[in-house]
Amino acid sequence: MRRVVITGAGTVNPLGHTVSETITGLLSGRSAIGRLDIPDAGRLSVRIGAPVAGFDAARHFQPRDLTLLDRATQFALVSARQAVAASGLTTVLPGTGVIIGTAGGGHETAEAAYRAVFAEGRDRVHPFTVPRLMMNAPASRIGIEFGCKGPTFAVSSACASANHAIGLAFQLIRFGAAPAMLAGGTDAMLTFGGLKAWEGLRVLSPDGCRPFDRARNGLVMGEGAAVFFMEEREAALARGATVLAEMAGFSMGADAADMVLPSVAGAEAAMRRALADAGLSPGEIGYVKAHGTGTRANDRAEAEAIRAVFPGGVAVSSTKGAHGHLMGAAGAVELLACLAVLRGDGIAPTAGCDDPDPDCDIDLVQGAPRAVEISACLANAFAFGGLNAVLALRRG
Amino acid sequence: MTAVTADIAAEVTAILAREALLDPRELRADLPAADLGLDSLGLVEAIFAIEERFGITVPFNANTPEASAFGTATVGEIIAEVEALVRARG
Repeated sequence: MRRVVITGAGTVNPLGHTVSETITGLLSGRSAIGRLDIPDAGRLSVRIGAPVAGFDAARHFQPRDLTLLDRATQFALVSARQAVAASGLTTVLPGTGVIIGTAGGGHETAEAAYRAVFAEGRDRVHPFTVPRLMMNAPASRIGIEFGCKGPTFAVSSACASANHAIGLAFQLIRFGAAPAMLAGGTDAMLTFGGLKAWEGLRVLSPDGCRPFDRARNGLVMGEGAAVFFMEEREAALARGATVLAEMAGFSMGADAADMVLPSVAGAEAAMRRALADAGLSPGEIGYVKAHGTGTRANDRAEAEAIRAVFPGGVAVSSTKGAHGHLMGAAGAVELLACLAVLRGDGIAPTAGCDDPDPDCDIDLVQGAPRAVEISACLANAFAFGGLNAVLALRRG
Repeated sequence: MTAVTADIAAEVTAILAREALLDPRELRADLPAADLGLDSLGLVEAIFAIEERFGITVPFNANTPEASAFGTATVGEIIAEVEALVRARG
């Protein structure tokens, strides 16, 4: 089995349009959640979210290209450009592949087309509606830009999409099916219809995301993307690349129990299997980047699972209070918190939490970043549908 | 009880019974909502059906069920909450 490292990262998310802006934002504990300004917002009962502010698509794309790119694909492509640039490569090996997770795909494109034909009574939609909205558009468009002819597809597993994408890319390199991969997640569902759908499920907070806080009352939707360049460790070292982290292990599984309620046993099993896959013991893990959505159900179940896997305790934080729930991009953007702690920047505090819930009895980092020297960490993502995906990373 | 509120009571009872797969006659006013046997999705669907039927918005967040009669109260209290929301709607 080959060892796999991350040698490039890129992102566009509510905290920033680069990796360094994002990590600075994560460590500061500030929140990008605010009042949404979208058409028909007056008909929404939940009016807050975490948008990507100041994203000027025309600055990144030619008009002829832009007509084929949904906002989700734009975020992914800009992130991938940053990741490739950071890797130090000018061209990628042709066998390189691309896996991008997304929960909503070209959601904004689909919504605009439905609005045109159903609400406005128009008889035609934009001719590129299909290539814009398809789930694999972000992966395909990245591959076209960089000439990646290896395994390329989309993963859609709701809020675990990015962890599944990154984990599968890791496995493909590990087992020799590709020399390198671009992998991550993207989503742009902060639209009237997207918010309406979530509003209907009654799990959105009307006033803020407070993971593991006694007063938490739901999740807050965000948007954005993050993409990583991953390659075989030997090749990276041979070309003198800067290694951001080693991908040490991955596990995925399903609760096979409930469409929306989390399972303690499922989360616990996923973390244990990720440790086993990485050959790491619980005592070697210095940080768990929690899924931590800020809902009653997730945070309590996740805390219980973490306690079971780490009876000796482990530092935990969630960053969703800072950037909202990025859905299919969540695991990718949040992985930046893991890269930050592995390189010695400290653990990002749990933004939004100022009164930790005794019901979630974990060593929660909140209030300020915590300075630590750690050699390995876990990154959790749990999805509706009962899907669990956990990544294990080691210092590179 | 006026005819209007009697209708509301009967319709709310029918909706709750349908979601809970129970005979409406089993839904006495003092039956705790928890004893309806609705899971979280069933409860959200029942509230949706009531909102659509009466043109009201029920303030219910699944994270803070104690803030609404739908989370914790009896069938009779749920009916009273719907009646109040219908009156407020005018």
